Order: sequence, then C-alpha cells, then structure tokens
Amino acid sequence: MARVVVDVMLKPEILDPQGQAVANALPRLGVTGVTSVRIGRRIELEFTEPPEPETVRQLADRLLANPVIEDYTVSFVSDEEPAGEPA
Amino acid sequence: MRIGVVTFPGSLDDVDAARAVRLAGGEAVSLWHADDQLYGVDAIILPGGFSYGDYLRCGAIARFAPVMESVMAAAAAGAPVLGICNGFQVLCEAHLLPGALTRNQHLHFRARDQRLQVETNRTAWTMGYTPGQEIVIPLKSGEGRYVADTATLDELERSGRVVARYVDDNPNGSMRDIAAICNEAGNVVGMMPHPEHAVDPLTGPSTDGLTVFTSVLKHLAGVAA
Amino acid sequence: MSVELEPQGIEWDHLDTVARAAETPHQQQPYEELGLREDEYERIREVLGRRPTESELAMYSIMWSEHCSYKSSKVHLSKFQDLAPSSDRLLAGIGENAGVVKITDELAVTFKVESHNHPSFIEPYQGAATGVGGIVRDILAMGARPVAVMDPLRVGAADHPDTARVLTGVVAGIGGYGNALGLPNIGGEVVFDPCYQGNPLVNALCLGVLPVDRLQNKAATGPGNLVVLMGALTGRDGIGGVSVLASAGFDQEAATQRPSVQVGDPFMEKLLIEACLELYEAGLVVGVQDLGGAGLTCALSETAAAAGTGMEIALERVPLREPSMAPHEILASESQERMLLIVAPEHLEAVLAVAEKWGVPATAIGTVTDTGILRVTWHGHAVAELPPSSLADDGPVYARPIREPADLPLLQADRAETLPRPTTGEQLRETVLRLAASPNLCDRTWITEQFDRYVRGNTVAAMPENAGVIRLDERTRVGVALSVDGNSRYTRLDPYTGAQLALAEAYRNVAVSGAVPVAVTNCLNFGSPEDPHVMWQFAEAVRGLAEGCAQLGIPVTGGNVSFYNATGPVAINPTPIVGVLGVLEDVATRIPMGFSHPGDVIILVGETREELSGSEWAWVTHGHLGGSPPAVDLAAEQRLATLIRAARDLDLLRSAHDLSEGGLAQALVEACLRHGYGATVALPEDAPGGPFGFLFSESAGRALVSVPLGREKAFAAQCEEHQVPWTPLGVVAGADAPLTVTGQFEIDLAELRTAWSSTLPKLFDQLTARPE
Repeated sequence: MARVVVDVMLKPEILDPQGQAVANALPRLGVTGVTSVRIGRRIELEFTEPPEPETVRQLADRLLANPVIEDYTVSFVSDEEPAGEPA
Repeated sequence: MRIGVVTFPGSLDDVDAARAVRLAGGEAVSLWHADDQLYGVDAIILPGGFSYGDYLRCGAIARFAPVMESVMAAAAAGAPVLGICNGFQVLCEAHLLPGALTRNQHLHFRARDQRLQVETNRTAWTMGYTPGQEIVIPLKSGEGRYVADTATLDELERSGRVVARYVDDNPNGSMRDIAAICNEAGNVVGMMPHPEHAVDPLTGPSTDGLTVFTSVLKHLAGVAA
Repeated sequence: MSVELEPQGIEWDHLDTVARAAETPHQQQPYEELGLREDEYERIREVLGRRPTESELAMYSIMWSEHCSYKSSKVHLSKFQDLAPSSDRLLAGIGENAGVVKITDELAVTFKVESHNHPSFIEPYQGAATGVGGIVRDILAMGARPVAVMDPLRVGAADHPDTARVLTGVVAGIGGYGNALGLPNIGGEVVFDPCYQGNPLVNALCLGVLPVDRLQNKAATGPGNLVVLMGALTGRDGIGGVSVLASAGFDQEAATQRPSVQVGDPFMEKLLIEACLELYEAGLVVGVQDLGGAGLTCALSETAAAAGTGMEIALERVPLREPSMAPHEILASESQERMLLIVAPEHLEAVLAVAEKWGVPATAIGTVTDTGILRVTWHGHAVAELPPSSLADDGPVYARPIREPADLPLLQADRAETLPRPTTGEQLRETVLRLAASPNLCDRTWITEQFDRYVRGNTVAAMPENAGVIRLDERTRVGVALSVDGNSRYTRLDPYTGAQLALAEAYRNVAVSGAVPVAVTNCLNFGSPEDPHVMWQFAEAVRGLAEGCAQLGIPVTGGNVSFYNATGPVAINPTPIVGVLGVLEDVATRIPMGFSHPGDVIILVGETREELSGSEWAWVTHGHLGGSPPAVDLAAEQRLATLIRAARDLDLLRSAHDLSEGGLAQALVEACLRHGYGATVALPEDAPGGPFGFLFSESAGRALVSVPLGREKAFAAQCEEHQVPWTPLGVVAGADAPLTVTGQFEIDLAELRTAWSSTLPKLFDQLTARPE
C-alpha cells in the first residue's frame, strides 16, 4: 500500500473569500498578528502499489485540481508514516 | 429541431430546460450521461443542478462522463452547446470555455431575479436579442463567481465574447460583471443565470429567457436552409 | 450490488445471542442508561419470556423512546382521529408516513411537517439538513415525487450571539440540502424568542405529488418476499440520538459519549429519489419504508407489524461504512439516505439493476416470513427474536399527569390593553417603523435568498406571498397552496385558543390565496412531558386543534410531536405549528398579496376588536406577554374564505393579504413594499381602541384587500351576502408614493423599506467563518 497526498490551493492571485472570512474571525478569538488566511483542499489516495509519479501528476492536473485557478503539490508518504494525526 | 438535454447524476434543471425547448417549438431529447450517443440532436444543453453533488469542484467529475466526449466533438464541429449554471461549470472544467466559476464572494447561495444586459447577439443562443437589451432572468447559485486571468478577460472583451453582464449590482463578485461568455466560434455559450426559468409568466419573473431557446432554433433553421 | 465485509473485532464468545440470553436470565443489563424504566424492562422480559439480548435491549430502548413510541402523546393524539371530519379526499391518513390527499381523479399530493430540533442546536447545518432529508424520505415512501419544501423555524433572541451561530447554520443547511435535491422552498417562517435560546425549533415540511395509482404502503406482505436495503452505507451516525444508546458498549465512559452527528448527503438522496420513483413506476416494490429515527430497527419492525408478518434478517448483509460495527449498532444506526423495500423474489434482479443504474447501493438482507416474529441473525447466530408489534405498536402508553400552570390566571390577568400606548400621529409613525424593523416582522429576504424557489418550474407563488403555490399539471393548471403558521405567545397565554389561532392563520393564508383548504398537518413542539404543566398545555392544544379541524371540516392527515424542548430548566413556549393545504382549480387565479395598481380601493374585511394581548406590539415595545390571546371564530374564518373566493371568481379582487402579527399596520407595510406602491388610508372614527388600537390589534379573521376602482360596490355587496364586516380604508397610491394614514402620519416608502429590510443583514451578514 502506498499513500499519496495531493494538496490543492487556490493560486495566490485568486480571491479567497473563505480565507478572508476566517481571517476576520480570528480577532474574535483573541488571535492577532495574522496577515493572511488561505484555504485549500487535501486529498489522500491509497494505492495498492506505489504509482508512477507521472500518473499522479496527470491525475492531479486533470481531476484533483483545476489548473486554471489552483496550484497543487504531491507528496508520497510511506506506509509507516501516518499522513496526518486526527485532531 | 432536436435539442439534447444531458442528465448527469444530480442534474436538477434538466426537466426545466426540456420544457423551455418545447415551449420554444423544438423537440427535447434526453441524453444520459453514461451513454456516448447523441442520437442526431442538432444542439446540446448542459443543464443546471448539482452534478455529482458538486463534489471536488462543481462540474469536475461530470466533465469526464462518456456523453461529454461526444459533446466536445460536436462542439468542435460547430454544433450549438449551451451550459446553464452547473452546465457552465462543466464547460469550463472541460476547457470548452476559458476561466472558471468559484464560490460566491459573499459565501452564500444566492437566488435572485437578476437583471442582465445581453452584450452580443452573434451567438447561436442569443441571436434573438438586441445588443444592449436588458432582461430579467433568475440566478440561483452558490458558486457563480466567474474568474479568469487578465489576459483572458481582455481577450473576451476584445473579441466580443462576453455574452451577458450583471447590471444593477453584481450578485456574486464575477470579474467584469460577467454572467455569460462564448467560445471563439460563438456556438458554445456558458451562462450562470437560468433562462429556462423565465419562459412562463405563471412561474417566472418574465419570459425573457425564452429567446435563448427560440434563438438556437432560428439558428439551426438558418443552418439547415 | 452488495458488499460482504469480514467482521472485525467481534468476539464470538461475547456475542449476546438469543440462546445465551435464555441461558443467563440473571445477567445485569444497563436498561436505565438506555432510558428504559424498570417496569418497561420487566415488560420486555414478559413479552420475550426471557431476558432480552444486547441487540433486543437496544431495539426496545429506541422504539419505546418518546420520539418513536409517542408514549406520552398517543392518548391525546387519538382526538385527531376521534373528531376527524369525514373527507372523501383522504387516501392515507394518520399512522402512515404522510397523509395523502386526492386532488383530481389522477393526481394526489402528500405532505407532512416534522421536527429536527435538538440536533440543530448541536450542529445547526447538519441538524437542519438531515431534518430536510428525513421528511423528504417520508414523502418518497408514500410513492410521491417530492416537489417542494417549507421551513417553520424558531430561534433565540435576535441579538444574542449564539443565535447567529444557530440561524446562519440552519438556513445554510436547509438551503444546502434542499437546493441540492432540486426542491423549491416555497414558504416558512422565522420567529425570534428567548425561550428558544437553548433549543431552536427546526420544523421541515415537504410536499410530494403522485399518480393516484402509485400510492405505496409500508406493509411487509407476502411471506417469501425479500427485504432489500437501498441507499447509503450504514455507519455510526446518530447512535445515541433517539434514546441514549452508546456505541462503545454499556460502560461508564459510554454514558458520557455524545451521539455522533448525522451528516447528510443530498447527492445520495437525489439518486435515491430517482431510483425509488423508477421502481414505483415499474411496479417493482410491494412495500416501502424510509429509515429515519431508530434506523433499521424501526423500518423492520414497522413494516412487519403493519402486515402482521415476520422477518428473517441476516444482519451481516447490511453494507457498512465502518467494518467493525456490532449488531446492536447496525440496528440502531441513524445513517441517512436509506430506504427499506419489500420485493417479490422474481423482481429482485430488476430492482438491483435500477439501483445500479443510479449508483445507489442495494442489498437483499432478508426475507418476509409467516412466523409473526422478527428474527435477526449475525453470521447465523440469532441476536434478536421478537414480535415486531411489541416494538412498533405495543409500546408503553402513558397517561401523564396534567395540571394547569399555577401562574396562568395571573398571566392572563396581566392584560396588554392597559399598557402605555402611543397617542400622537408622530408616536404612531415611530411605532409603525419600529415594528416593521423588529426581528419578527422585518424583511426575510436575507434568508429566503438562500433558497432556490424555481427548480422544477412549477412554483407559482413563494415567499413573501401568503401561501406557497405549486402547479401540479401544466395542461389543466390545477395546483395546491400551502401555509405553515404558529404563534407560541398566544399558545402560552391559552393553549387551546393558541392552537386554534395557528390553524385559523394557516387556513386564512391558504384561503386568501384563492385556494380551498382541504387538509392539515401539524408539528407539536413542547417541553418535557414529565412536567404536568407542559402536558396540560399539550392536551389543551391538541384538543383545540382537533376541535378546530372538526369545525372547519378539514382533517389532520399526519404530523409530528417533539417533546423535551427547553432552554435549561425552562420549557419553551408551547409551539404547535399548523400546516394547511388547499386546492386551486387553476393556479392562474391565485390571488397575490401586494398592492399593484394606483387607484385601487383598499378595504379591510373582518371585524377588528381591541386585542393587544400577546401581540407583537406588546412584545417589541414593552417586552410584555400577558392577557388573553385574540378571540378565535372559525365560522367567521370560513365566511371570510368563501367571500374571498367568490369575490375572486367575480373578478373583484386585485390583491388580498391576511392580517396576523403586527396587525393592520404591518399588513399595510407589506402590501405597499411588495411592489413599491404607497397607500392613502383613513382610520374609522369609531375604531376600537382608537387609531392605535385599530392599527396594532391582532384580531383574527381579517384580510386587507385591494379592489379595482369601480368594483368596490359589487365587492361590498359580496361582503353583505357572505356576512363579513367590511371597512373601506382608502386607495392605493402611485409608485413610490408614501404610506399615508390621514390625520396621523406619512411614511416615505424609501424610509420604510430601509427600516424593514436592514435588520436581518445587519444582524447576520458577517461572512461566515467556517470553511465549507
């Protein structure tokens, strides 16, 4: 089993009203000094066999992200590392 | 004239698009997403709704449906294709139209009887309007904000491919107040508002939307002649 | 398409089977933690002739809970049937998933309102979303295509910080789910009151349409028929929701676990709707039931009990989202978007093919038997074996103690008619503006803009019109009108009258739209049934509603009871919500509410008395709730309804708007602002309570109409004929002309509109901070 993580973010120049809404809410929680909040999407795929990087890149490019407005990064995570601790 | 209306899992306004085609005098043909046959239709409508639940991104999954291969080929061959709301999103995801639709700037789903200005009648779907004509069409969407880079926006303006703009106030933050655009050939049009809900005075704010459907029939009749 | 999963984490030694239960009669069981009383537990042992298994105990605890068994309300609700007026339109009534009303020889509609209150306080978006999902499935289970929704909502004080959390989440959830299903939202209400601060009321109504011969039922008839579960995979959603069932086992930790929030998937529900409708059209199902509160347990027991049959269920065949679920969890799960189908064996393949076409999981999980026993096995071991009727029909029935609240006489003596009131024209002007801007009377566009009203193309009227109107047939234009209403302040002052006033208001809203009222649904939201004062309120409200329906000749076709609604230790005001459905032979003749033609004559029909107790004025101006609510006169409501229809048929009406909260003043405000036409009116010299009383009294049985100039005499003649008092007030003025009350005040429409439409956006329009 091999886990691949694709992180998708809006391109920097695209307005992110959700991020802005979160930024506006931070002072209400007593948090200051945050200059920017941007919100993206994290997609975790479990492959039975480690995939070709090019396969994943094309998958990200065609489906997982919309290159018109989004950038993405791909990470290959080994079996032993958890891809993220649950809260 | 036969107009295909595609149904994806989650499509909602397919029934209404079909009704509008009938009221305009055409024959509506239902096209199933998983079937790559177009059954000889002369034009295709991708209707509004929440195809695939809007999961991942609106229209992101629908664009890979078997029927879309045929729709794209038909579009390339000059067949009129109209994407309404979710349909517009599918057309952008499929790169039949430039740019993308994103979350409304104020983050709410917004339903309004929206005033629009039709900018061009040089598309198959708007030839019945007069340039500059103001119409009222229902808008109902949560992800209707049109975005594109400056070069694309300038090109759309320059080549007269902005088909309609929001007037009075911009309901979703769309760049350049864009409500509808078309491709270079003018046969593929994407619009966020729903003309199919403005065809019957009993159930809509106006009948301004009927012209979209009579236009394409007129266009097809001219092509056939 | 079924999914076989390896059972994980189940220790066979510890599986509590029927056999083991028979062998270990003295094993301690945590029935109290599950919400069962000792006498109820003893009854279970009696019914089974042994102790219940872990699974059976779970099943009884949820089916015998208040929510599922209606144990505190049954003795009172029987009034609806006892006093039911006869109706030849009723194809299905109380006891079915929803009432079904015949509209034409070919078409019927089904409608019902239900509550999802407590989950909406915990998780407003999902609580409201799954509330919509649940009522939609009830409608679907009758064989109908859901075609519209409405949402009566109650939340806390408008300016309380937590209210924003609840309201924005609830509205987004209703829109998020309903819009994605393609259901137009055609009406509802939002009421702000501190009594709901810790307990919002989210009632959801759904309307469906079906050909008369496609009516479905829930009876699991035909031994040998298959039991098919269709829809989303089953997970741990809502475990603990309906009773106190904990998912991890019956130990100390479990008691403190909160139920898993149910998360809705409207996409799956949309697919489920299309798949079910295709199955109904093809006649492929014998019976159908939706899975709601109490999930699979409820569906299995109700369908078997309805038919008097038994079932043999192989629980391991249920497709699971979480492979480690134990049998009692599977039985208790409240995972959404699931239906139970009874299918003849020769039709199974076709049923599975339809499910597959729409991408909906479907699995045969068992068979109908003639044993009269519901037997559930887990990999061959019986974990439940019981008579289904003991779960579904023969639950406990309580006659809870009833006592009129001791404070009621004092409360009723504290009349609002004696409160300081505005006297000058300037004060009246200020009061009109203040009330129009108050949270309960102001413009609701901020909310209703988040709902699709157009989808399916048959919406003839939606908010802010008096009733939602849906066209059922494009050719004949026959349609229905719907309104849901309630006033908890009136009901607090006098539950009997308050319930009748809610009925009267919904009836009136349907009538002034030009429709003939034919059927009623209700959602009864009250505090704890263990409180004798609450039970008194409940009994009185039910009595009022049942007697009112009998008098009006329109039956209650179904509804819902929600108990245990309280903010801390204080029960909510008793809140019976009443929905009335009416028939319009031609939706093109429906009557709009707003002024639209300058020169039209404005007339007030109905009798005005000085009735200010329980009014919006008393609440907004003085924070006062006391006295007796306005008198109710159902015969007068009927005469008003008949008058409106007759006047409409004679082409004498341009608009009609019912009077309710805020009285005449508010009705004038709304009628003017609807299309932007002012009005010039004069109040009668002998107005009860003077100009103030006439403007703000909330007497029932009244409507504000506009009549084309020249036809007012004919209209007056109709009023005489139908014995409805009428008071000419003035004329509709021009576009953007002011609202003028001669000799008192004048209000510019722009100023009025600003006051009326700024309130909700100012309160709630912060960009929501939670990412999607």
